[in-house]
Amino acid sequence: MKVSRLEITANYLILGVFALIVLGPLGLILTRALGPQSASVGREGRLLHWENFADAWEIGRFGQYLLTSVTVALIVVVTSVTVSILAGYALGTMRFKGATFFFYLFLVGIMVPTEAFIVPLYFDLQMLGLTNTVWGVALPQIAMSIAFGTYWMRAYFRSASGAMMDAARLDGAGTMRILWQVLVPNARPAITTLVLLVFLWTWNEFLIPLVMSPNGSVRTAPLGLAFFQGQYTQGTALLAAGAVMVALPVVVLYVVLQRHFLRGMLTGVSAH
Amino acid sequence: MADVATAGRGAATRRGRGAARHPGRLGRAWIPYAYLAPALLLYGLFLLVPLVRAGQFSFFEWDGLGASAFVGFDNYLAVVQDERLRDAFGHALVLVFFYAVLPLAIGLVLAALLTRAKVRGIGFFRTIIFLPQVIAMVVVAVTWRQIYAPDGPLNGLLRLLGLDALTTAWLGDYTWTLPAVGLIGTWVSTGLVTVLLIAGMTRVPGELYEAVRLDGAGPVREFFAITLPAIRGEITVALTLTIVAALKTFDLVYVTTGGGPGTSTTVPSYEVYRRAFELGQVGEAAAIGIVLTILVFGITAVVNRIGDRS
Repeated sequence: MKVSRLEITANYLILGVFALIVLGPLGLILTRALGPQSASVGREGRLLHWENFADAWEIGRFGQYLLTSVTVALIVVVTSVTVSILAGYALGTMRFKGATFFFYLFLVGIMVPTEAFIVPLYFDLQMLGLTNTVWGVALPQIAMSIAFGTYWMRAYFRSASGAMMDAARLDGAGTMRILWQVLVPNARPAITTLVLLVFLWTWNEFLIPLVMSPNGSVRTAPLGLAFFQGQYTQGTALLAAGAVMVALPVVVLYVVLQRHFLRGMLTGVSAH
Repeated sequence: MADVATAGRGAATRRGRGAARHPGRLGRAWIPYAYLAPALLLYGLFLLVPLVRAGQFSFFEWDGLGASAFVGFDNYLAVVQDERLRDAFGHALVLVFFYAVLPLAIGLVLAALLTRAKVRGIGFFRTIIFLPQVIAMVVVAVTWRQIYAPDGPLNGLLRLLGLDALTTAWLGDYTWTLPAVGLIGTWVSTGLVTVLLIAGMTRVPGELYEAVRLDGAGPVREFFAITLPAIRGEITVALTLTIVAALKTFDLVYVTTGGGPGTSTTVPSYEVYRRAFELGQVGEAAAIGIVLTILVFGITAVVNRIGDRS
């Protein structure tokens, strides 16, 4: 294909402009996170104010929020991925009555907006005494992640299992051994993608922790950030530092393991 | 969905052969259900049951504490009659423009230019423009609130360009706040759409272009005759993802405007939250949630139907 020098130059220009539009706001927040907290601190003349992060961690209580986020994310990822592997295994490799029905049942969960079921769920969990606990925040997200996870693992097991399973079956292996010793080790890339996506969604989730912990005792990092914005109005340095701390874990994972994120978010979720 | 169904049939035949070879397993018909049970239990208890209960809630008037009263379809009528709710759904449609239509237009031009001329650094560019997709919406909202602040960088830039007349309180203005919030959505979803479209366009075989070029077609006709039909699938996926995201907008509005000024940026999700947990109108909140779900399923079905028709 012949393309003129002019067009190539124009393309680089367009690439640059769009990259700037995306990076500009992120650069702004990073700059403010490292800027002085007040004019008097600014007169000290230091360029980078790393103490903002320590202050946000303590004064903004982001240390505590991040710990809550890690706890919730760990519970959601471990539970939902394990359970999804089991269910995806059944739906993807076994033939039984109702398999198609169950598949569509899980598909519903991928599409349903949280707003649709969160209202009754809140009142039910409140009755069970689960609101304002880590479980109240984690369980609805486990349910949502299972819908996607089962769908995702089913698709993987269906495409990849045939020959491997036949060989294992001839060896007389039971279904459990086939799953954990033959299929799962080979499924590592698919499982990694699932773990990353569930982590991303749980880490960034806002509505569920907002509703499920009305007294704020189980406040995840994004929630802590939203409330900090409302309460702390002196300057933007600590707010920006908090925002960076909320975004950083996911951004680092994304930069390092980009392939997984793209594969999951472009093909996986699109399946519905 | 059609793809899923056909694939399912093919797999059933394959699995059928496997079962025939192992007749001894027929006696253990419960095994698949045992594997399915934990997932079904958690998913059922914490998503399906509350979803059905939301349907039930939506026919009652309840303040969340006291007794409830059956009101039939009144809560659904409110969605049509209550001006604030009508506005909320209207705003969601405006957001669809900013989250889905505008990014699709930008993405198509961007992807077409970038796949035509093989420039270096596309991988790096892809990494950057996709970045807003992984950042928590709250962080995005906090960032843009600062950009839109009366003495923030946006107004600063306008003054620098001598456009003082255009400066305004972007998040405090009845006319400009909804588009300002919408543009944050455009910022978030353009990367996703563009990356999807680039992937689709690179898959179009080069020979297809040779043929129309021999007919003397220019780049524009080439785009409409070859590229656009070939990436129908990607456009469908992009629209589904972004439209659903627009309809479900919550964090962004909660953090940037709280639905204001007045009711100028309120959206269905925000009304669900406000009515259920602040105003004690639980039945109405449930009804809004159900309407939103029907809307999401309906639009997804329509977009996919149009996309499949090629």
